[in-house]
Amino acid sequence: MAKMLVGGPPLVFLLVFFAAPSMIMVLSSFRFPGEFGGLAPLAAPEGGTGGDYGLTAEAYQFFFSDVIYVEIFLKSFGIAMATTLICLVMAYPLALLIARSEKRFRNLLVLLVVLPFASNFLIRIYAWMIILGPESGFSHFVNAILGVFGIAPVTLLFSPFAVLVGMVYVHLPFMVLPLYTNLEKHDPSLLDAAQDLGATTWQRFWRVTWPLSLPGIFSGSALVFIPVLGMFAVPDILGGTGDILIGNLIKDQFLGTRDWPFGSALSIMLTLAVLSVAGLSTWVARSAMRHGQ
Amino acid sequence: MALLEIREVTKRFGSYTAVDHVNISVQAGEFFTLLGPSGCGKTTLLRMIAGFDLPDSGQILLDGKDMVGTPPEKRPVHTVFQTYALFPHMTVAENIAFPLKMARKPSHEIKLQVGEALDNVRLSDFGHRLPHELSGGQKQRVAFARGLVNRPRLLLLDEPLGALDAKLREEMQIELINLQKNVGVTFVFVTHAQNEALALSHRIAVMNKGSVEQIDEPSKIYSSPRNRFVADFIGKISIMNATVLEAAPSHLKLDVAGLGHVTAAGNQGVRTGDRGVMAIRPEQVRISHPSTDLELKNHFHGKVHDFLYMGDVTTYIVELSNGIRIEALLPNSAPGRAKFFEAGDEVAVSWRHDAGIFLNE
Repeated sequence: MAKMLVGGPPLVFLLVFFAAPSMIMVLSSFRFPGEFGGLAPLAAPEGGTGGDYGLTAEAYQFFFSDVIYVEIFLKSFGIAMATTLICLVMAYPLALLIARSEKRFRNLLVLLVVLPFASNFLIRIYAWMIILGPESGFSHFVNAILGVFGIAPVTLLFSPFAVLVGMVYVHLPFMVLPLYTNLEKHDPSLLDAAQDLGATTWQRFWRVTWPLSLPGIFSGSALVFIPVLGMFAVPDILGGTGDILIGNLIKDQFLGTRDWPFGSALSIMLTLAVLSVAGLSTWVARSAMRHGQ
Repeated sequence: MALLEIREVTKRFGSYTAVDHVNISVQAGEFFTLLGPSGCGKTTLLRMIAGFDLPDSGQILLDGKDMVGTPPEKRPVHTVFQTYALFPHMTVAENIAFPLKMARKPSHEIKLQVGEALDNVRLSDFGHRLPHELSGGQKQRVAFARGLVNRPRLLLLDEPLGALDAKLREEMQIELINLQKNVGVTFVFVTHAQNEALALSHRIAVMNKGSVEQIDEPSKIYSSPRNRFVADFIGKISIMNATVLEAAPSHLKLDVAGLGHVTAAGNQGVRTGDRGVMAIRPEQVRISHPSTDLELKNHFHGKVHDFLYMGDVTTYIVELSNGIRIEALLPNSAPGRAKFFEAGDEVAVSWRHDAGIFLNE
């Protein structure tokens, strides 16, 4: 009874605000778009003229009818994967450094990692617009270096590169935190034991620290990969016209072209894709940990 | 040549001297124990032998070779850690194979040696288990097997039995003795449990405040402690202030404050007039009814102050007429009878002429 009192409200909250809307999304993805946006009614109104009513898989057919949508999906996955990898490569040494630093400094260092959250997300992205802009010192610097090698100047802003930089910048803390939480718990005597039994620094990392940090790597990767996949603000601001990702596409269906069924279908496809990636990585993680060494 | 030679080794942490001019030599095949209270420097010494810490001065030689420039991973020395430090993500077999893999042994040889090592610790059916699926005693045995599998010149054991309950501890002690006998690897064992040290070791170095107080066989450590610290730390002992009245090679005549003349074991280094303490083990003291005819040289009357019933034996704390307390151990040999004396009983205590030992302050 007490369990229901404590667990009930959040359960109801999730049912009302997550499960129900999800069902609505599934349903709307199988409907026709309304004449002026939104959804067409399920049944023809009284005295209604022709038009499309009822249920249909047209939205899904449309998705596969043009290769561009699949391409955007693949590109989004590519960006998400690249962001995750870059975040991992950048976050791992940082998390390790924090985890191995003196206890009294650790909380301060973690605070510094999350400090950017204290300022508005959009402001931070706009700041990158200035940093990557053609007149910025950074751009001049990069182009000066490229010039030395005889490479023509490049525009950093409004490019896939800018999108990637923004994505990595925004999501880095989401990789650092779970990694740190994991690494901080490692028993230092395991590294002593490995060294004692003949493992070099490199072997101690690959055979002890790395496999033990796999759960942290997987949760950090999920925390980066999934939001990046749906992110539209960063490509909107930092990307060029050709740098549209799934997030932008979905947003456009609801706010721009007002084709709700197609937007819903895209969302459902994205959810399914994320779920299968998550399922796959869980499976890989489990077997990696079973055979890990 | 000794297998391990520790020469004048000193280690300081800031202003604190953890190990102070220690000299120890360990012979090949020996079961050598570093015994002392926590903070006596025994673990620091062990870490220096393993290579995790470097001495500030002095030398550590293994097979005559100075180990200073050799990092832990390059030393033919393995350690069994207090917490076992088994790799949680590796199976038992993978844990044991680890040192062999690091030594780049061919895989068929690894398989063979791991199987043998599992047999040695009676865990043949547990190779595929993960450490968290094992009991404390099993984990302990895996740690032993992992430390021994690559036949190190020296196996260091850092209070390995500390986490086990009393019953299992005793079992593991016997297992450890057999294991050492079978594999013939030299053991350096660290413990603060004196009974464990006495039961396991060929020789013991008793350490206190960073220094070695005495290195000897267990029986010598117990029966002829060199000083008050060793006497007090190893086993139970009653200690009373005494002055030497007469020093003969065969015996000493002591004046024990408030008790009178006591005859004690002869001790070469003691001279007439020396002041110190007379120490006597509880099991050397006989406790009897005051009326009993006593044929022993040292006998005194007293009253049972308190007693500790321990099942197999009962320790009686007897307060002698002058207020000095002495402990006497009595085996509970009469079936069905828990104790022979009650608190407050008038008793006589007596001991052989050579049972007491005199220790200079």
